[in-house]
Amino acid sequence: MNQLAIPHDHLETLELKNTLKKQKILRWLKGMLFLAPSIILFSIFLFYPLARSIYLSFFLTNNTGVPTVFVGFENYINIFTSPIFRNSLQSTFLFVLYTVPGAIIISLFLAIIANEKLKGIGFFRTMFSSTMGISVAAASVFWMFLFHPTMGWLNQILSYVGVDAIGWLTDPKWALLSVSISTIWMNIGFTFLILLGGLQSIDRYLYESADIDGAGYFYQLRRITLPMLSPTLFFVITVALINAFQTFGQIDMLTRGGPQNQTNLLVYSIYREAFMNYQYGPASAQAIVLFIIILIITLIQFKLGERKVHYQ
Amino acid sequence: MTMSLRRKVILYCLLVVSALFLFAPTIIAFSMSFMTNQDIMTGKIIPTSISFENYFHVFQRFPLLKYMFNSFVVSIAIMLGQLALASLAAYAFVFIEFKGRDVLFFLFIATMMVPFEALIIPNFQTIRDLGWIDSYQGLSIPFFAMAFGTFLLRQNFKQIPKELKEASEIAGMGDLKFYLTVVLPVARTSLVTLGVYGFLTSWNMYLWPLLATTDNEYRTVQIGLRQLQSQEQLNEWGVIMAGAIIVVIPTLILLFVGQKKLQQGLAEGALK
Repeated sequence: MNQLAIPHDHLETLELKNTLKKQKILRWLKGMLFLAPSIILFSIFLFYPLARSIYLSFFLTNNTGVPTVFVGFENYINIFTSPIFRNSLQSTFLFVLYTVPGAIIISLFLAIIANEKLKGIGFFRTMFSSTMGISVAAASVFWMFLFHPTMGWLNQILSYVGVDAIGWLTDPKWALLSVSISTIWMNIGFTFLILLGGLQSIDRYLYESADIDGAGYFYQLRRITLPMLSPTLFFVITVALINAFQTFGQIDMLTRGGPQNQTNLLVYSIYREAFMNYQYGPASAQAIVLFIIILIITLIQFKLGERKVHYQ
Repeated sequence: MTMSLRRKVILYCLLVVSALFLFAPTIIAFSMSFMTNQDIMTGKIIPTSISFENYFHVFQRFPLLKYMFNSFVVSIAIMLGQLALASLAAYAFVFIEFKGRDVLFFLFIATMMVPFEALIIPNFQTIRDLGWIDSYQGLSIPFFAMAFGTFLLRQNFKQIPKELKEASEIAGMGDLKFYLTVVLPVARTSLVTLGVYGFLTSWNMYLWPLLATTDNEYRTVQIGLRQLQSQEQLNEWGVIMAGAIIVVIPTLILLFVGQKKLQQGLAEGALK
């Protein structure tokens, strides 16, 4: 009996193993089937073009973008020695420096005053988030008028108080700042909405006990609101940084990179190099620079975020 | 707890002044869209008489209706595509255990590090080689796969009790049926949030439609607005503003209706 039972047992486990294996494969297939649409599209429109951009950045191409001459790192050397591209990088970093803190500080202020329980507060919240629903193209049209040299409101107000008119979009000293001002306005809606969400998730109880302890408004702001909001702030800063580096629409609408290339931000520079000058190789090298900048920002976010954010 | 009157007054003042400043560019544009050229030239704030002439002109001179139709088609296609693909992927990440799942999830997260703007050259060439320049598929399909949406829905699906899935398996319910009849209805709110977000961002898309369209037949409203602005050099600001107002109305309505949900949904995605 025993002698027979052992092989029989063995056979059974083998069978069990086989069915388990089959189930495993079946589950794998099922999982892949659910993921297939996303994986296929990511491959075509994200992974392949990323590899292709890296590849193209080592070549010179003809007018249609077919690589012709392998040049190694020459495209990179050329763009980093080109005063135009260096100027573009400088403008981009300045633009980030103007717009990110600007939008976040204003939105934070708006979110704090809109977080109070007052009658009609919903109306103000809607107003403050409204710029999120206004497209870059439409917002640029609005600001184009405000910046208009003679009819625009900004110069009208200046002349009213007796200050000389400013060439908001035509003066190389002002253009980048003007584009930044309009960009801050465009970004307030989204930033405000996220920050308000963060404020509302702070436990009311914290404020109530602070009130009992007699803590003042600004003390509570500094000691409760800002620390509790830090994960949200951190997220908003990252998103704002990434968005700022990707800016294109308002440049195309308002200045086309001018005057004197002062507003030739990175993405506009890529667009111009590739689709106006047909220099796909150097343009790809610029695109890789953009990719690396964004990669570094996200990696920093992941690293710091791990430490700061509490997961529930 | 009641607020002191002084604090209330200060808060309302701050709110009103901020709202005025922030909404001023939109109000000015709205007001200008009803003005005659003369009103605009003389720097009026409120139109002397409300005229719809500008709206009449903008529709007459520009194929604005066609642009709006194109934008609707593209935005709805992207919205539906994103919802379908993100929910399918999120389902696999939550309910199906298989080898390599974690690696794939990491790969999905990693796609968030790649800016679309850095890929425009090869993507343009792909679309061109497929013959998709000036087509709805060329404008929409590149945006169907979406890591953020997958991530958001995964967080949401995770809240569905595992016991429900086990019970459905015992009852002999397949994965597709469970996904369609249990998971999707339960996650309705998140799907709506994601849909609103997808529609808003697609409607406002600028760079890709600029590259992927060359003739008016498939142009979207944003590029139409660019055209309007660059062609109307005759200082017909009223007409341009009328065009801009028409372009922002659908998204503003959507935002006003869905603001609360959007805010909760996005905050959730941000923090988890």
